[in-house]
Amino acid sequence: MAVTQKSFTQQLKKYYSFYTGGFVAFVVLLAIAEQMGVPIKWIGYAFLLFTVVLYAGIGIMSRTLEVSEYYVAGRRVPALFNGMATGADWMSAASFIGMAGTLYLSGFDGLAFIMGWTGGYVLVALLLAPYLRKFGQFTIPDFLGARYGGNLPRIIGIIAAIIASFTYVVAQIYGVGLITSRFTGLEFGIGVFVGLAGILVCSFLGGMKAVTWTQVAQYIILIIAYMIPVVWLSVKHTGVPVPQLVYGTVLEKVTEREKVLTADKGEQEVRTIFADRSKAADEKLKGLPASYQAGKDELSKKVEDLKAASAPPADIDAAEKALKAYPADADAAKKAWTAEKGLAARANPPRPHATPFPGKDEKARDTARLNFIGIVFCMMIGTASLPHILMRYYTTPSVQEARVSVFWSLFFIFLLYFTAPALAVLAKYDVYTLVVGSKFSELPAWVNAWQAVDKSLLSITDINKDGIVQLAEIVIGGDLIVLATPEIAGLPYVISGMVAAGGLAAALSTADGLLLTMANALSHDLYYKIINPKASPAVRITVSKVLLLGVAIVAAYVTSLKPGNILFLVGAAFSIAASAFFPALVLGVFWKRTSKIGAVVGMLTGLGVCLYYMVHTYPVFIQWFGTTPIQKWFGLEPISAGMFGVPAGFLAMVIVSLITPAPDQATQELVDHVRYPNLEGDIDTTAT
Amino acid sequence: MKLTQTHVDYWNKNLRLTAVLLAIWFVATFVVIWFARPLAEIKFFGWPFSFYMAAQGSLIVYVAIIGYYAIAMRKNDRDHGVHEGEED
Repeated sequence: MAVTQKSFTQQLKKYYSFYTGGFVAFVVLLAIAEQMGVPIKWIGYAFLLFTVVLYAGIGIMSRTLEVSEYYVAGRRVPALFNGMATGADWMSAASFIGMAGTLYLSGFDGLAFIMGWTGGYVLVALLLAPYLRKFGQFTIPDFLGARYGGNLPRIIGIIAAIIASFTYVVAQIYGVGLITSRFTGLEFGIGVFVGLAGILVCSFLGGMKAVTWTQVAQYIILIIAYMIPVVWLSVKHTGVPVPQLVYGTVLEKVTEREKVLTADKGEQEVRTIFADRSKAADEKLKGLPASYQAGKDELSKKVEDLKAASAPPADIDAAEKALKAYPADADAAKKAWTAEKGLAARANPPRPHATPFPGKDEKARDTARLNFIGIVFCMMIGTASLPHILMRYYTTPSVQEARVSVFWSLFFIFLLYFTAPALAVLAKYDVYTLVVGSKFSELPAWVNAWQAVDKSLLSITDINKDGIVQLAEIVIGGDLIVLATPEIAGLPYVISGMVAAGGLAAALSTADGLLLTMANALSHDLYYKIINPKASPAVRITVSKVLLLGVAIVAAYVTSLKPGNILFLVGAAFSIAASAFFPALVLGVFWKRTSKIGAVVGMLTGLGVCLYYMVHTYPVFIQWFGTTPIQKWFGLEPISAGMFGVPAGFLAMVIVSLITPAPDQATQELVDHVRYPNLEGDIDTTAT
Repeated sequence: MKLTQTHVDYWNKNLRLTAVLLAIWFVATFVVIWFARPLAEIKFFGWPFSFYMAAQGSLIVYVAIIGYYAIAMRKNDRDHGVHEGEED
């Protein structure tokens, strides 16, 4: 076995080196084609088609009918490759496309996600991965079922795994649909289902085995696609190709520039205009419904007056247009004026990028700090609880390989996450110095191009009519930063196509891992372990595939309804997983006294507290479920509901365990079994 | 299956190592965040120190913790005779 494993690793290294070379050659070829005048639309198509066909190829080559290959890739994935696969599994559309944008918009406070999504791996490495690997079954509910006995803990595990993964996968499929529709011109709803086909080709035939090998391929594409534009941008601004080491100086310049822009006369003028407009709208809102008719009458009167005084036709025209644009009824007026009132946000001076927790007073700053801690805490514990990540550590050949594999996982994730803050600062520097202060007639080409594509990503309007761009006149959507970086850096279109392919790889790989987790929870834990333990391997795999298809279609359908805010959905998945799983998993290994009833009560308490807080504080959920809103506890945002769920879960688990009988001898032996990589006369829990 | 003294030692050593590394993790994360505002006054190669930590420094600490744990536990496994069959 040792020899075959070694040559297997060698072989993998050879394959993926070839593959990487092939991908680079493909990009170079397309670059040449672009220079020769091939329309850029075709280059975009070529990227999406080529990469999806590639994943499909790997998926088909990895097809399998063997249970342990289908569920845990035959437990022979070397640490390095499992690290890459985990990296792709982990980094979603939100990380790839959204992260740098969030950092651009929220400065220091956005770093909570960077810390949370990396620091969680410390918990995975120290508290979970080696022990789960020794346990050696297929799913996370498997562990709960074996450690705590009976079907109840397993069923709670299945339910929590599905709630968390489903929330998360909707966000991924949304990302897939967005990229597909942007780069092919298909409608969003259709883009979702086309993207779904791309997801299924990776996982349908080969389960975990196929997902693993496509994820490695996807990691390679996404990291290349992320790095190249940033490196280029860095060379442009600092002359050094390692942006991560040198953007400190650029950050200093950005901070200087913020001070200049805060004091600038033109900026202040624009901000005053916004403040006034917001105030006026607020007054009109308060005067509803009377103010609606009054406004309308005023406009009609103006038209009449102008006509009576035989004013120039242009003036009459303008007045008539204004009347036409006036809201059709009081409800529409309310909507329009509420939006106008929101302009108050743009009346603020630029947010200081490098300052932690900016706020108007000490209390606001302390609440901001608490929310930062809340996000870091929930993202970390959530990382160490999300079944699709933990499942990956079942696939290594040994306990030691699992430990090393967590190291590689975080290393590969780190490469992207320590680059994103650099990208945000570099892009900000570009916008603050090159765009702000330039004439409207001389805007950089990429600004006009993106304004034409989507107003919500970028729009610049001359508010104070001085012909010069003020920072306060720019509206930027977070996703723009990564998507437009190649153009900001002055790179050819082929790089933009590559970035889209990278974003697609990130979304596809995460969606695959999640769908497989849900399908496995249903097919392995629910069907095989509870409903029909006598099922043959062929039946088990068939059931799993049918469920995979079913779950995928339901998820795509929910996504096509466009529910809520992506970052919130992702965050919610973390809080839910953390509250339900973390205490039961960690205490299961580290505290032999944890009893079955304790675990059940603890999991339900954690999950319950977390869900209760969310559905009573998150506006969209309040609307959906018709719940009554409650005051936020300590001012903590709903995304950090796990901050209450996790401690509640631990507390309930410990108290109930202490008042219920200790677990029996067999369970104690199971705990010893997972604690030691190798024991003489050990029991064997490896699933087949 | 009876655990020997060596086995108990192995597990205690693992617990101590885990506790120390978690303490480092805690300081690099939550203590840094708690004092982020005063720490921002310190300059670190152009970055305010707290910005550097949250964007890069703490991440490097995390990678190092995991790397160290993997190496130390490999040795711990061997010292106490609970290591797995030869790997490649």
